[in-house]
Amino acid sequence: MRRARTPAPLLVPAALAVVFLVLPLVALLVRTPWSQLGTLLVAPGVGQALRLSLVSATLATAVSVVLGVPLAWVLARSRARGRAVLRALVTVPLVLPPVVGGVALFLVLGRQGIVGRWLDEAFGLTIPFTTAAVVIAETFVAMPFLVISVEGALRAADVRYEDAAATLGADRWTTFRRVTLPLVAPGVAAGAVLCWARALGEFGATITFAGNFPGTTQTMPLAVYLALQRDPQAAIVLSLVLLVVSVATLLLLRDRWLGRGAAA
Amino acid sequence: MRSGRIAAGLAAVTLAVTGCADAGATASGDDGGPGGTLTVFAAASLTDVFTDLGQRLEEEHDGLTVQFNFAGSSALATQLTQGAPADVFAAANDAQMAVVTDAGLADGDPTVFTGNVLQIAVPAGNPAGVTGLADFAREELALAVCAPEVPCGTAAEDVFAAAGVTPRPDTQEEDVRAALTKVELGEVDAALVYATDVTAAGDAVEGIAVPEAEDAVNDYPLCTLAAAPNPGAARAFVDLVLSDEGQQALEDAGFRTP
Repeated sequence: MRRARTPAPLLVPAALAVVFLVLPLVALLVRTPWSQLGTLLVAPGVGQALRLSLVSATLATAVSVVLGVPLAWVLARSRARGRAVLRALVTVPLVLPPVVGGVALFLVLGRQGIVGRWLDEAFGLTIPFTTAAVVIAETFVAMPFLVISVEGALRAADVRYEDAAATLGADRWTTFRRVTLPLVAPGVAAGAVLCWARALGEFGATITFAGNFPGTTQTMPLAVYLALQRDPQAAIVLSLVLLVVSVATLLLLRDRWLGRGAAA
Repeated sequence: MRSGRIAAGLAAVTLAVTGCADAGATASGDDGGPGGTLTVFAAASLTDVFTDLGQRLEEEHDGLTVQFNFAGSSALATQLTQGAPADVFAAANDAQMAVVTDAGLADGDPTVFTGNVLQIAVPAGNPAGVTGLADFAREELALAVCAPEVPCGTAAEDVFAAAGVTPRPDTQEEDVRAALTKVELGEVDAALVYATDVTAAGDAVEGIAVPEAEDAVNDYPLCTLAAAPNPGAARAFVDLVLSDEGQQALEDAGFRTP
């Protein structure tokens, strides 16, 4: 593949963007108390919070893929009326301050919520302050990222392949599985990565709806925020751990999913 | 270090007032009274009382504008050590004041001007029938306390230790208001918060006094800052807070006078 030379008018703004995005990370590295790194890393709760973060972000991504890809298809392909309104509604979590999202989740799934009250009475099931609440809060905030990515991929995909499959006798479900999905797989992967990253960094909705308790609901962003109250140095180390683990995971997955060519 | 702080607290009223007053006189007092803009960094729990006192000060002095930055004490301490310009700092505990004084940013020693005690907040009607601290050991209840990293959490740990209760909270909240919100929404059966927060929350929340908390009054220190852009006005504000008028306003809001 021939590589395009960057046009000169793009160079300066691109360089500025890099500086703007990377400098805070550099500052974080510069201020990391390397000599205390060992003791701060093995402090109780760090591994626990990291594990909880990774597990809950992965579960939130799985839920988002299972529910979000079909939703993206509906938004991109169905001819139902009111799709524009539907799209606006499901992307609300993108603009909603996450703390407000957390309160909204209480109003639906809390003990006094419209669904939560019924769950409590019928099954004795309460969701707030559990690990399930963490996954729900993260899914609420992160799923729109996946939906938007996959919808964009679906719109860009050539519909003629699907038409051809239909002409050859494939039913709509088979067409979706065997033609559409492989066609938009890179879009799904990119959306899932975006969704996972957003879920991993989620703070506001989580601390509101799931609360903060070490081991059950205290994810890394919550641990970082609370460490900042007492020991800013520890907060920097925790941020660094989250950063390294998330970047490493994304790079590994990128190699595996999209092949070396895409990663280079 | 703690005993040093207590000693400083005991001597605070006399030492700090005289120390700060000297510095205040050197600045903008000459033209007949404080003017310009006064910037006060204060703990979130002081929002209502300090806003009121700030308005009174503005009425007394023509041309004076008082602006506030209300937030968690630790966030404010961080902002100050990072160079935020301010004239007065009022913290909700000694530890966060120490962050500022240790950095050499305070003008003189801080003065303890009020205190706050913990109270149990329950949703209106007290649906779970909470009666006291012992209920915080009941696993079947949904309970909130403040995280040990923030002042109200530290105070809560002391109170539980003094009462010999091992709490089983469902969540350790990042600040006292977040704990209170969960009571207001009815999502927890009880939370341990400051008495002043219960007063401010109105009808949605009921307070249950905690006798064990009387020994763990949380001191609120304040100081003028060495780099204060408006030291004259800073002094006037501190004087107002320490005056009978200021102390009465604090007491009305549920604070404990020292």
